[in-house]
Amino acid sequence: MAFDDTKTEDFKVVGQRVKRPDGVDKVTGKAKFGADAVAPGMLFAAIVRSPHAHARIVKIDTSKAEALSGVKGIVTRADFATGLTGGDLDVLENVMAGEKALYDGHAVAAVAATSQLIARDAAKLVEVEYEVLPHVTDVDKAMAADAPVIREGAADQSVPEGMHANVVRYHESGHGDIEAGFAEADLVVEDSFKTEATHQGYIEPHACLAQLGGDNKGELWCCTQGHWNVQKLCAAMLGLETSQLRVTASEIGGGFGGKTAVFIEPVALALSRKTSRPVKLVMSRSEVFRATGPTASTSMDIKIGMKKDGTITAGQGTFRLQGGAFPGAPMEFTAMCAFAPYNLQNVKQVGYDVMANRPKQAAYRAPGSPMAAFAVESVIDELCKKLGLDPIEVRLKNASKQGTKASFGPTWDRIGLVETLEAAQSHPHYSAPLKEGQGRGISCGFWFNHGGETSVTLALSEDGTAQLSVGTPDIGGSRASMAQMAAEELGIPYENIRTTIADTATLGYNEVSHGSRVTYASGLATIKAARAAVKILCARAAAKWGIDEDAVVWENGCAKPSGPNAGEFDPLPIDKLTRSMGRTGGPIVGHFEATPEGAGVSFATHIVDAEVDKETGQTKVVRYTVVQDAGKAINPAYVEGQFQGGAAQGIGWALNEEYIYGEDGRLQNSVFLDYRIPVASDLPMIDTVIVEVPNPGHPYGVRGVGETSICPPLAAIANAVSNAAGVRLKELPMSPPRILAALEDQANNG
Amino acid sequence: MQYHTPSSFDDAVALAKDAQGVTRFLAGGTDVLVQLRADIVTPDVLIDIKKIAGVSDITREGEGWRIGVAVTGAEMSEHDTLGKEWPGLVEAMDLIGSTQVQGRATLTGNLCNGSPAADSVPAMVAAGVTVSVTGPNGERKVAVEDIPTAPGKTSLEAGELVTAVHVPARGKSGGDAYLRFIPRTEMDIAVVGCGVNLRLDGKKIVEARVSLGAVAPTVLLVEEAANAIIGTELDDAALDALAEAASAACNPIDDKRGTIKFRTHVAGVLAKRAAKIAYQRAEAAS
Ligand SMILES: Cc1cc2nc3c(=O)[nH]c(=O)nc-3n(C[C@H](O)[C@H](O)[C@H](O)COP(=O)(O)OP(=O)(O)OC[C@H]3O[C@@H](n4cnc5c(N)ncnc54)[C@H](O)[C@@H]3O)c2cc1C
Repeated sequence: MAFDDTKTEDFKVVGQRVKRPDGVDKVTGKAKFGADAVAPGMLFAAIVRSPHAHARIVKIDTSKAEALSGVKGIVTRADFATGLTGGDLDVLENVMAGEKALYDGHAVAAVAATSQLIARDAAKLVEVEYEVLPHVTDVDKAMAADAPVIREGAADQSVPEGMHANVVRYHESGHGDIEAGFAEADLVVEDSFKTEATHQGYIEPHACLAQLGGDNKGELWCCTQGHWNVQKLCAAMLGLETSQLRVTASEIGGGFGGKTAVFIEPVALALSRKTSRPVKLVMSRSEVFRATGPTASTSMDIKIGMKKDGTITAGQGTFRLQGGAFPGAPMEFTAMCAFAPYNLQNVKQVGYDVMANRPKQAAYRAPGSPMAAFAVESVIDELCKKLGLDPIEVRLKNASKQGTKASFGPTWDRIGLVETLEAAQSHPHYSAPLKEGQGRGISCGFWFNHGGETSVTLALSEDGTAQLSVGTPDIGGSRASMAQMAAEELGIPYENIRTTIADTATLGYNEVSHGSRVTYASGLATIKAARAAVKILCARAAAKWGIDEDAVVWENGCAKPSGPNAGEFDPLPIDKLTRSMGRTGGPIVGHFEATPEGAGVSFATHIVDAEVDKETGQTKVVRYTVVQDAGKAINPAYVEGQFQGGAAQGIGWALNEEYIYGEDGRLQNSVFLDYRIPVASDLPMIDTVIVEVPNPGHPYGVRGVGETSICPPLAAIANAVSNAAGVRLKELPMSPPRILAALEDQANNG
Repeated sequence: MQYHTPSSFDDAVALAKDAQGVTRFLAGGTDVLVQLRADIVTPDVLIDIKKIAGVSDITREGEGWRIGVAVTGAEMSEHDTLGKEWPGLVEAMDLIGSTQVQGRATLTGNLCNGSPAADSVPAMVAAGVTVSVTGPNGERKVAVEDIPTAPGKTSLEAGELVTAVHVPARGKSGGDAYLRFIPRTEMDIAVVGCGVNLRLDGKKIVEARVSLGAVAPTVLLVEEAANAIIGTELDDAALDALAEAASAACNPIDDKRGTIKFRTHVAGVLAKRAAKIAYQRAEAAS
């Protein structure tokens, strides 16, 4: 569905900062999150987890646990489907270990009991005999010749011969002749970078309530970013027919990509089937850290050549991503995003997907892209500094534009990178004086955005209000945006629309809320569904007036004759038409099902000022401005919220968040005390500038905004910190000990 | 698990003496309950001391203060004069946790939890605070620095508990300060902590106590660091000598919260910074 020029000029509801419909319930505590579901006779579950990073499971003895009063059932891998392959097998292996425990925290058994305390006590009574195996958690070490093999035969055919068995996928892309490009450069800078794994850090731990009978018919309530995906995966894990499992998504306390997978849901279903009782399973924070998706950790080499005038002559990147004990680290995204902001004649990127004894990585906002930007934009900053060039001028000079060829192949359609750079350049922040000890950094960032399978239904009620059912869990205020788009099309007040996240029995398949796709794809589907309803409304009016359907138009919530030739009739408001709909042809419902493919990419430019205490290595972010292309901001307040959220999470990732593993391969910091996510007082107010370069693939021009906002922060902060400290920081997080060590190195080595 | 609410310290001692298994006193519970929930320590006997008369009072004791064992951080911060006399001590306590935690956490709990990183402890040690301890064998007064013996361990005998905290008289021309290093701005555990308390005669430092936290198995009272500034006007040479002595006293570990090298270096930095603040406060009080 193409961009609709005529529509965009006179928006009435779209573009307004309306209140979110779920707001009151959330602030008054009425909203039902994952752990709020209850059922009569419900049992409580607890999971037994491996304390070892890598171990063969020799024996699981459940007899003591079973003997505990109140214990109703215990499941192990034997209680799940057999014969799975590929991705489904990986998911099942992660949900419940088979022959080996592959990381600290890997589930090996689960208990259901009449109370949470009994379940916890019983879990401690399950005796698991392990044969501990050598482990590896670092990405570079996992690729080394002497690294223990996590799983034989996990590699696909893309991997070049001679690589370690832990390298499971390989990617290569680019164009031109990089050697010729480097030869043309006046200066070539080459450097290596590392980033640690970080967690999405959503405030709500995973939680679900499962009910599955011996007849293999089931119900599942859970907090997820995508319940159709949960339905499909759980059906596979338990050997069910997909349609026999109905899944309802609860309110969600954050996901950021981490709730696009299943962890506890199949376990709760298996326990329910075994005990014939509903089973509730809620993770603790420590379980969330140990066993749900952090990001990949990375090791990257970047080489960039530049002319004295700032023209980039060639770019090369090697990206090694560790994604836990399973294939799937998003190294191709890292490789593809790395140079995407720049129009390069010569570019080459290579990616390696590496397994290690860590939890299976899960998507986290623009998976793979922030790390790429960190490495590439650090080198560009270094080049600018050495050549005495302004970092925004250089980026403008090389910026990707409509018609230029992307570093990963396609030719860009209408994109807004230049507009974000220009807005950053003219923003007062960019010219504000810095204080002693402060440094400024800028960075660009890119994310693809996604369309995906989408199904929406809009049903009109007899009073002319509308019920909108969408299938994408609301992770960022999307119920408001959907209602705004529906209200715009129907010409009725925003308040007259109620948006519901429908369960899996109600709509066709909806892909998860990921890829910044919801406002784009469910939004597009909502507009289409509303237009379908309007078409029916117009037909009913036409029938009443006895004129041709094409002679009726819809304006301001009323059917009207399209012009003087159509006839003289008073406008028919929506409620007049809906009140009689039972007699004029039946219920009026618009719906839309498709896989929209016009998700417009989004670019951003961030400006950061940081202050570094050179005696302690402590960094304070003192000013932050996000400039990003939203295409069209349906609800500017929530767009700004996404911008700020990405920056806030980026600040944590850049400065203090990290997965810390001990020599024993155990995660050392599985609590928020030691996993240092920023607290409110760590953050400055984050300024935002919404750039609107319409996406040609959406009727109102919407581009997804949720992910791009986390792409530039790591790099922008690293550039600011490096400029403040006077030394280049090449490893994240830039924690105080690391900054002091870098300063000391520089003092010793000049 | 048994839960008791004795109404006198004698009853508390009797309960503690006879208790079987793991026993914990419950002051604010901000360590006890967290450790319980996290499966770190599951007490068999919990003795809540908050029902004992007077435990929530801050009262004058000569020129100094007596702080009850259930007095919370918030109550210390809200007190009219305590913080004017001992700003370092009150600020150290105030650093603990969030507003919610401040409504529960106590000096005594912070001390008896035995963490080398406890924030109020270096401030108490620098200030020369003592505690009253009562047990089956009667009552004794103990300097704060003599309570912790190792991470999570104290010199309290079975059945003994702290019944009051005694803060000495501030006296003339004195000032104290406590600083900690954490990577964030709040809700973190000290990677290094440093308390300094000193007294001036004119511009010259005549008395000083310097204490370090999180750089050794217990909070340290560092005499060499105090000696480095006694007799000086806290000039640059004195500050450098202070930093050197503070760093030299460190015997930290490498862990998820900080490296040996980092802690040792930052101990010196914080000692200087805290000494400067204490010095200014002492000057202002002169
Ligand atoms: C979110 C959060 C943040 C925190 N931040 C910090 C921080 O920044 N800095 C810091 O130092 N700590 C911090 N803490 C730890 C804790 O809050 C402090 O140690 C607090 O001072 C403990 O006091 P309490 O009264 O809650 O102790 P409780 O938990 O009641 O008791 C702690 C210990 O002291 C013993 N005890 C209590 N009273 C007596 C007594 N009268 N005699 C003998 N033994 C006794 C108990 O048996 C127990 O072992 C934090 C805790 C939380 C939950």
